Amino acid sequence: MDIHEYQAKDLLRRFGVQVPRGGIAYSPEQAVYRANELSGDRWVVKAQIHSGARGKAGGVRICASEEEVSDAAQWMLGRKLVTHQTGPQGKLVSRLYVEEATNIAQEIYLGFVMDRKLERVVVVASAQGGMEIEEISAQEPDSIIRTVVDPAVGMQAFQAREIAFSLGLDPPLIAQAVKTIMGCYSLMADMDANMVEVNPMVVTRAGEIVALDAKVSFDDNALFRRPEITELRDKSQEDPRETYAEDRGLSYIGLDGEIGCIVNGAGLAMATLDMIKMAGGEPANFLDVGGGASPDRVLMSFKAVLNDPNVEAILVNIFAGINRCDWIAEGVIRAMTELQLTLPVVVRLSGTNVEEGRKLLAESGLDVLTADTLADAADKVVGAWKDAKFKEAS
Amino acid sequence: MAILIDSDTKVLVTGLTGRIGSFHAQDMINHGTNVVGGVTPGKGGTTHLGLPVFNTVKGAVAETGADLVLSFVPPPFAADSIMEAADAGIKTCVCIADGIPAADMIRVKRYMRRYKADRRMRLIGPNCAGIITPGQAFAGLMPPHIYRPGRVGIVGRSGTLGYEAASQLKAKGIGVSSSIGIGGDPINGSSFRDILELFENDPDTDAVVMVGEIGGPQEAEAAEYIETHMTKPVAAYVAGLSAPKGRRMGHAGAIVSAFGESAQEKVEILKSSGVSIVPTPSSFGETVAKMLH
Repeated sequence: MDIHEYQAKDLLRRFGVQVPRGGIAYSPEQAVYRANELSGDRWVVKAQIHSGARGKAGGVRICASEEEVSDAAQWMLGRKLVTHQTGPQGKLVSRLYVEEATNIAQEIYLGFVMDRKLERVVVVASAQGGMEIEEISAQEPDSIIRTVVDPAVGMQAFQAREIAFSLGLDPPLIAQAVKTIMGCYSLMADMDANMVEVNPMVVTRAGEIVALDAKVSFDDNALFRRPEITELRDKSQEDPRETYAEDRGLSYIGLDGEIGCIVNGAGLAMATLDMIKMAGGEPANFLDVGGGASPDRVLMSFKAVLNDPNVEAILVNIFAGINRCDWIAEGVIRAMTELQLTLPVVVRLSGTNVEEGRKLLAESGLDVLTADTLADAADKVVGAWKDAKFKEAS
Repeated sequence: MAILIDSDTKVLVTGLTGRIGSFHAQDMINHGTNVVGGVTPGKGGTTHLGLPVFNTVKGAVAETGADLVLSFVPPPFAADSIMEAADAGIKTCVCIADGIPAADMIRVKRYMRRYKADRRMRLIGPNCAGIITPGQAFAGLMPPHIYRPGRVGIVGRSGTLGYEAASQLKAKGIGVSSSIGIGGDPINGSSFRDILELFENDPDTDAVVMVGEIGGPQEAEAAEYIETHMTKPVAAYVAGLSAPKGRRMGHAGAIVSAFGESAQEKVEILKSSGVSIVPTPSSFGETVAKMLH
């Protein structure tokens, strides 16, 4: 789960990391009020969306007057910012963070990630901050410092000290840098974050170390024990199709195509999307209906898939181990009758109770196309979708 | 014996008395698995499905000599149950739970290293469908009838995609020595490489099918092992050709976040290591049949 910059900074502050003073605003008037509250003569207005690279999209503006603050807020609020991380549809700006401006002497990159190869937390730092880490590793690979944390004891102060000295920081700054690095690590370890990125961490002209930007994301599997983090979820930053499905306990990812998919198992679901593509179609979604799916759950899955207006055909692909094909068939029949579906539906059943399932579908009298294999199913759904499109056009 | 489990393996089920544990344990027994008991803290001394129930894994091992633990313990407590099995001297632990926090798994992996290699437990999963040696025994959720006994090993992250592979092999008359689900989590017990090594050294296995997916470094690591150490032929499929970068596709580990983690890149790496690529998820059968000839 991702959170906003201002929420990440709140958390960092709680772990002893220094961040610029700032306040949240939902309107241009509030933004100006925040600026006055902060006093000073320069402020930064920052759009709060779940994406990096906001600056290039116009989502970060340095302002030197109330008018500029108001104008920046006016421009950003209600706008969909498009960055290379948001996809072409962009993300809606509904809150702003107004911060005191910082006089920057040096920018540093500081990141904490779970390294899957080492199966440990790795700290990545570079004195070439301000760029994204991908750019740093392409342009200044020698500047990157990596430190591995032993999970038995956690991060140690000497490791933070080594990083601070390797960054070339002046001796008076070392203690502050160590505090910052240890604070970020504690946030990661104590709050079940799977990534903490402070980019840039800056040395100010006044000789202080400050987290100027912060990106934190959390392990979804650990949210059950982090209720205070779960509260930070902002549904406006999510794909509404995904919010709908997630609120109903379905594992769903929205895609850009027209063929809706209902599959059991994440691997088979991914493979089904691949097959649709190879058959000449484009999948509209990834949906894993899970194990032991009841007819109700199948019906709910149809609703989640149809919640996407682009869906023009549906493929149900089930290889039942702990699932039961007869329950799946019952769910399909209920969906087709209760939702009065007219779009093409292709069902491929295999595994536990497959004969009962096929029989139910055959006896229902409904216009369901059935398939025996995955390849057959993909070909049929793409074929039926093209036929339906052709009919519509003629 | 094929690998990891056979009809002599003494299987202990943690979470036996729960609904899911009961259902699958019964199915395992019906298919010849030697289930020796269960563990549910607080229910020690009772019997369930005609099997003795124990409070602790250590207690169960002392009484039954169990050597494999199948854990149905739910995600919040699963890490603890894996460590308990490791400490009780269990040889192999298969963990089904989907949703264990990554930090817990990092701790589990670190904890398992406390034991010397000769008594270190082998963990399979979590977030997997289990392991099966067709015709002999299984520990997990799979429908055993889709596997024909034979001499091709299967190792995969996904349960259902592993079923797909096994049933396509069966349709071609090709049997399976053992099928191992290593699970869809980013931090898991055994890697592709670990299982490939077991198959390479198994006299009952002639060839291996690997079912990979996007995310993580384990397919690339496997490719290197195949190129430098394996004499047996390997076929591989990688799911997620159409997955967008940076999105988590169902499995916690199925996310492309670094170079070499996309399906296309993994396919290239495997191909250059001499692996027969299964081009589509419906061509496991043909690809393996061709490879065996």
